[in-house]
Amino acid sequence: MTTALETIRDIPFAIGGRSFQSRLMVGTGKYRDNDTMARAIDASGAEIVTVAVRRVDLDRTKEEGVLYHLDAKRYFVLANTAGCYTAEDAIRYARLAREAGFNEFIKLEVIGDQETLLPDVQGLLVAARALVAEGFKVLAYTNEDLVTALRLEDAGCAAVMPLASPIGSGLGLLNPFGVRTIKRRLQVPVVVDAGVGTASDACLTMEQGVDGILMNTALAAARDPVAMARAMRQAVEAGRTAYLAGRMAKREVAMPSSPLEGMLD
Amino acid sequence: MSDTVDVMVNGEPRAVARGATLLELLQSLALDPRAVVVEHNRTIVRRPALGAVTVEPGDAIELVHFVGGG
Repeated sequence: MTTALETIRDIPFAIGGRSFQSRLMVGTGKYRDNDTMARAIDASGAEIVTVAVRRVDLDRTKEEGVLYHLDAKRYFVLANTAGCYTAEDAIRYARLAREAGFNEFIKLEVIGDQETLLPDVQGLLVAARALVAEGFKVLAYTNEDLVTALRLEDAGCAAVMPLASPIGSGLGLLNPFGVRTIKRRLQVPVVVDAGVGTASDACLTMEQGVDGILMNTALAAARDPVAMARAMRQAVEAGRTAYLAGRMAKREVAMPSSPLEGMLD
Repeated sequence: MSDTVDVMVNGEPRAVARGATLLELLQSLALDPRAVVVEHNRTIVRRPALGAVTVEPGDAIELVHFVGGG
């Protein structure tokens, strides 16, 4: 006999040959303090955490690097190329990140506009091809444009990461159709990156069938980041399970849930 | 001849002992070589080679690590 849970047993979530239990990935930026960050990430259940590459503060007025506060054995460290506006810069940052010695995965960002932080898809494709040729496993942050997503897959990216809405905006999933279409058409994992603001956004995003979500500000800027991290963990799981369960068809008219027969005269 | 050379470290001018290696530069800055990545004139220098590369006048050196980010 099959139980309900067995019928919705999930496939493993794998990127670039690595398998993960959690479909929620989290960033490490913008937390009010490192202790809150560590507790929020713990509560999120995430295994993949993103970090940025920056100059060491030689005056050492600030604390050490982020890995001082996170167990690099427990978490899979995914470096990004945030802040890069050209393919050349992104490639440079990716090489530095790889040299830091954790893995060959890179979350590739090539930004094209300062106000919206929307991606420069031309630069993104140039950088993606170059980095794939150098042996990187590229997870490419992009917009919800299908054709760009297809080109990134062709370029050999290990995952394509369309946005829900602009980075740090918390506007939620603005284009469910676009994200759903990308997921339907690509073979590589599709992880929505950026724009999720609260648990319902995460749930709705996972209900589109995407493989995972990466978020940062939604946790870091919540009044209680640890509680929000727990909510996001539940929302990602709920959205994923609902997707696998298969939602009912929508109808424009009501249909009673109780029998029409047996009513009193 | 001065006993220091002028180089750029993380975009800031800095005087470094003449003949110093990149490893010695890190030590003078109290940086753990395992905790930083060194880029020397746009080329990454791997940890085992840090003691073999001498800093020359006008060199551009970048010392980076991981910080919080999304």
